[in-house]
Formats: sequence, structure tokens, C-alpha cells
Amino acid sequence: MNWFTQAFSSTIGKKLVMGFTGLFLILFLIVHCGINCLVFLCDDGELFNKAAHFMGTNFFIRAGEIVLFAALIWHVVQSAIVTRTNAKARPVGYAYNKNSSPWYSRSMGLLGTLILMFLIIHLAHFWVQSRFVGLDSIKYQGEHYDDLYVLMMETFSNLWVVIIYFLAMISLSYHLLHGFQSAFQTLGINHKKYTPFIKLLGTIYSILIPLLFAIMPIVLYLKGLGCCQ
Amino acid sequence: MEIKLKVWKQKDAVSEGRLIDYNVNHVSPDMSFLEMFDVLNEELIVKGEEPIAFDHDCREGICGMCSMVINGRPHGPLEGVTTCQLHMRSFKDGDTIVVEPWRAQAFPVLKDLVVNRTAFDRIIAAGGFISVNTGNAQDANNLPIKKEDADDAFMSASCIGCGACVAACKNASAMLFVSAKVSQLAKLPQGQPERYTRVAAMVAQMDKEGFGACTNTGACSAECPKEISLTNIALMNRDYMQAKFLENE
Repeated sequence: MNWFTQAFSSTIGKKLVMGFTGLFLILFLIVHCGINCLVFLCDDGELFNKAAHFMGTNFFIRAGEIVLFAALIWHVVQSAIVTRTNAKARPVGYAYNKNSSPWYSRSMGLLGTLILMFLIIHLAHFWVQSRFVGLDSIKYQGEHYDDLYVLMMETFSNLWVVIIYFLAMISLSYHLLHGFQSAFQTLGINHKKYTPFIKLLGTIYSILIPLLFAIMPIVLYLKGLGCCQ
Repeated sequence: MEIKLKVWKQKDAVSEGRLIDYNVNHVSPDMSFLEMFDVLNEELIVKGEEPIAFDHDCREGICGMCSMVINGRPHGPLEGVTTCQLHMRSFKDGDTIVVEPWRAQAFPVLKDLVVNRTAFDRIIAAGGFISVNTGNAQDANNLPIKKEDADDAFMSASCIGCGACVAACKNASAMLFVSAKVSQLAKLPQGQPERYTRVAAMVAQMDKEGFGACTNTGACSAECPKEISLTNIALMNRDYMQAKFLENE
């Protein structure tokens, strides 16, 4: 084994991958959430559709999409490998176990699985539709745009979809509550001056981002009922 | 006091074990947890039964020999205390206490509550030392050390290697132990020449022993009788990255 594969097959190396890919996904969520917040505007989705058009046609964003999928798959596959290593490290469990760590810190695999299941539904709803099936067209100032907004309105007119998205965002919130600060710790960033700030930022991020995402389907559902006219 | 115990009994490393019920009468609240076991074992010997095997040595909270997961927590319910320094006044009359050995692939049960912790010795032997040439040791005061670094090194060095971190971790990870040993030497000038060789070798040995990966739940530090901090793990990860990606390890 050369030094490179040796480094990444060690228990620390495996966790470094989890930390790096996790932080990359955290950065992506900021962009995703920021753009999607445009659906809160009462402009029938004009600005949102234009932003989505930019994201779908810009070369650097499209290249970034490939990196994003690679990071996501690496994060998922590596977590499965780490989980297997860790399960093997304790073949016999305790008859009586009193845990001294938060439940969500111990349940990252379960929370991650729930998020992955949600992602498959989410990608089928929007990514597959816009990339492969094709969307309705809409004209703004004489130019044609894909009407992603109307697809969102249709998708979130179903109350069950709204509920599933809401529950998934609770899973995401707890996953991030551990993952955000844990990624920094794994990457060796633990400092008396900065760690309290990182932990606070992580808590704010873990609540704010999933909350904004969770509100979107609810707002679009209400818009469908005739609010925001 | 009267105490009901459920204790893990296992004949040897290859036999199956199970929890056995015992009643201990006339327990003084001033007894240590291990002294309560001594009383029970005396009774068992008098009755012609086999006593319960458990590890112990100094009984002063400094050797790291005693183990025991007591009611689901390594070293019992108190913070920053080893099993030998846990007293029966921490329990109530009539309590049922479940006592199990450390559970980890790398710490196989030898008998009852005794586990084989030589995996830790092999990790230390892999690099947890400073090579010293023969001859007179130089005067310690020749090496200026910043007070803060000396204090940090001392905090890390207070790890007694008992293995409670492994027992508490849901992944049976030994990262808190290994990182304490790595940090202790990384903070001092004497540890610098072998700093990166050491971390690479000790982590490689840790993985070879079959300990799990750290998922930063913090259970290790919460259960550590010496309250070793998670900052040690961050330092080890930094040093490991430097060793693998910047140094020639």
C-alpha cells in the first residue's frame, strides 16, 4: 500500500473524507437555500426561474454539480465503510447501556439514511424532471425560460409531499447539529478561541437552513390555495 | 446496605458468558466498589463457589488497572472517578447494579470482568516514547518550555490508560487514549524529533488492533476518569495529516 491509500484507509483518513465532503455539502446547502428563498417572493416565480436558468446553464455551476454528486456519493459510501469498521470493533454489546452522548451524535447513520431516502425522492421530483423529462416553458421579456416554479407549485400542492419534506428537514437539522462541529473537530480545527464560535455557528446553521427549506413547501402549498395573490 | 448484583461471568476467553445474580448483605456505605466485591468473593470462597475475577492494583485511582462497566457506565456513575474510588454511598440500599467487562474486539474478555488490554501496550510500543541516547541526562531546566504547553502536556499525560474511553465509545474507538499519548509528547521539545513518525506508527497500530473510528460523540471524554479532553484528538488528527501529507511518513 502506498502512503496515499494507507492514509485514506486509516480510521483517521476515513473520517477526514467524511469531514471534507460534509463541509462541502454544507457549503452547497447555503447556495441551494439562498436561491430557493426566491420562491418566497410574490412574483409568480419570475426571479426564481431566472436564477434557476443561470444555475442550469452556467458552465462552472454545471461542473460544480458533478463535484457535488461525487462528494455526496463519497460521503455516503465512506459512511457505510466507517459504520462497518465501527460495528466490527464491538461484536458483543452491553446488556445495560447508559449513554453519555447526545442521541443524534450516535444516530448519524440513521439520520443520514433518512436524508438519503429523501434525496432520492427530491431528485426524482425536480432534478430528473428538469434535466431529463423537460419542463414547461415561460416567457419573460421576450425570452424563454424553464418554468421550474410551476413544477414546485404542482409538487407541493400535495399535502403528503409537504409533510415528507418537513420531516426530512428535521432529520437534516439533527444530522447537521452533530455534523457541522464534528467536521471541524475531525479536520483538527479545535482551538480555545475559535471552537465556541464554530459550535455556535453550527447550531445556528443547523436550525436556520433546514427551517428555511422546511418553510418553502408550506409557503408554496399555501400559495396554491390562493394566498399571495 | 443490601445490594443486588448482576455480574458478567465467563469461564475463559473462548467460553460463552452470562449475567449471574448475587446478593451482597452487610455492605457499608464507606466501602469502595472493589471492597464490596472483596466481601462478596470472601463469601463465595467460604461457600465453595468460584470468586468473581476482576482487575485491580493500586486502589488509589492512578494505576488504570480497574475497569468494570457499572450500570452501563465505565467506572460507574461518578464523574472523573475510577472504579476503585467509587464508594457504595453512591448507591441506595436495595439497588440492583449491573456489572460488565469493557466491550471491544480489541479487548477480549479473559475471565469474568477481566479483559486483555495489551493492545494499548502494543500501541505505546509502536511509538509512544522518546528515544534517548545513552549517557547522562541533561539538566531538565536547559530546555525552556512554555508554561501553557507544560500544563497541556501534563493534562494529556494524566491518562492512566484504563480503556474507559474505548468502553464508553459506541465504536470502541481508542482515539482518546492514543491522542492523549501523542499530544503529551507533541507538546514538549523532547517529543519533536519523532513527532510525525510517532503519530503515524501509533495510528497504524491502533487500526491493526481493530479499534473503531472516532465519530466525535464525546462519550469517551465524558466517561474518562481523568477527564482527558477531545482537543487531544484534534491535535492527533492535525499531526496525522501533517505526517501523511507533508512529512515523509
